[in-house]
Amino acid sequence: MNDSPVAVEQHGPEHLHHFVDAEQQRDAASLGMWLFLATEIMFFGGMFLAYLVYRSWYYNEFAAGSRSLDIYLGTINTAVLICSSLTVALGVRAAQMGNRKLLVILLLLTIAFGFAFLAIKGVEWYQKYEEHHIPGRTFNADDLVRDYPQIHIDQRPEQIYFSLYFAMTGLHALHMIIGVGIFVFLTYHAWKGRYGPKYYTPVEIGGLYWHFVDIVWIYLFPLLYLIDRKPLR
Amino acid sequence: MSEHVMSSKMYYTIWIALLCLTVITAAVSFVDLGRFNTVVALVIATFKALLVVLFFMHVKYTSERLTKIVIVAAIFWLFLLLALSMADYGTRHLI
Repeated sequence: MNDSPVAVEQHGPEHLHHFVDAEQQRDAASLGMWLFLATEIMFFGGMFLAYLVYRSWYYNEFAAGSRSLDIYLGTINTAVLICSSLTVALGVRAAQMGNRKLLVILLLLTIAFGFAFLAIKGVEWYQKYEEHHIPGRTFNADDLVRDYPQIHIDQRPEQIYFSLYFAMTGLHALHMIIGVGIFVFLTYHAWKGRYGPKYYTPVEIGGLYWHFVDIVWIYLFPLLYLIDRKPLR
Repeated sequence: MSEHVMSSKMYYTIWIALLCLTVITAAVSFVDLGRFNTVVALVIATFKALLVVLFFMHVKYTSERLTKIVIVAAIFWLFLLLALSMADYGTRHLI
């Protein structure tokens, strides 16, 4: 065992030796995650800024593009993500209570909601592919020009709307895929019984990441789907 | 982060509130409010984000003041990015 002449206290993963106590270790992990999320806010912030600038320049094209999205699938996906955030929050609680079985079930539910979101997103992207709304050589917005004769629509700025749509939802979907990966990792360790009332930091900070990705979607949903639904004049 | 364990009833309440706000924001978008459609949509989104941050992300019960400073600073940076850039792009046509 420990033959060192200096007495070294042995702790579990909840208190590594370079921290004063378990609480300081938990606070440090949480703070680190929030600092990462601050950089993520700036990462997505650049895209939101691009959206803001182009929307102020090409108002009509953004209105038409927004209307062409499927609002029902968008709303269902928002609800799916909110449900996944609930299962994450309840999962952290299950870990705090030391309920291993419930924790594993809730983590698996979160992963299922994550896949459901990505599947619905995939259906929406495929619709856009069939409508020739993916920017590039095959892009064609004649259907939008025909559907909305009240407003003047240019084909080139219309591509900018869909470029931003695919860049923003794509980047968000990438974060979802990474999130599912994190939760597969968490589920494995939860199943092994590594998390409990004394040590649940990975569940907590993994949950912070998941909630953040949810918040990004909470803003993407109105900006991409809802902004220009009102009757055209 | 504190060891505060929230009741599951509280989580379900927040969940219901978030779902209701989602339906409301989708329904309101069909009503013609003029320029205020965007404002209403963003206000509801911000309220939803606030619920997630405060309750699901436990910021309301966190003991760490440093964490709160990081969050406020992050939002302030985002505000600087958006406000200063729009002060440029939004006023170019005036020159």
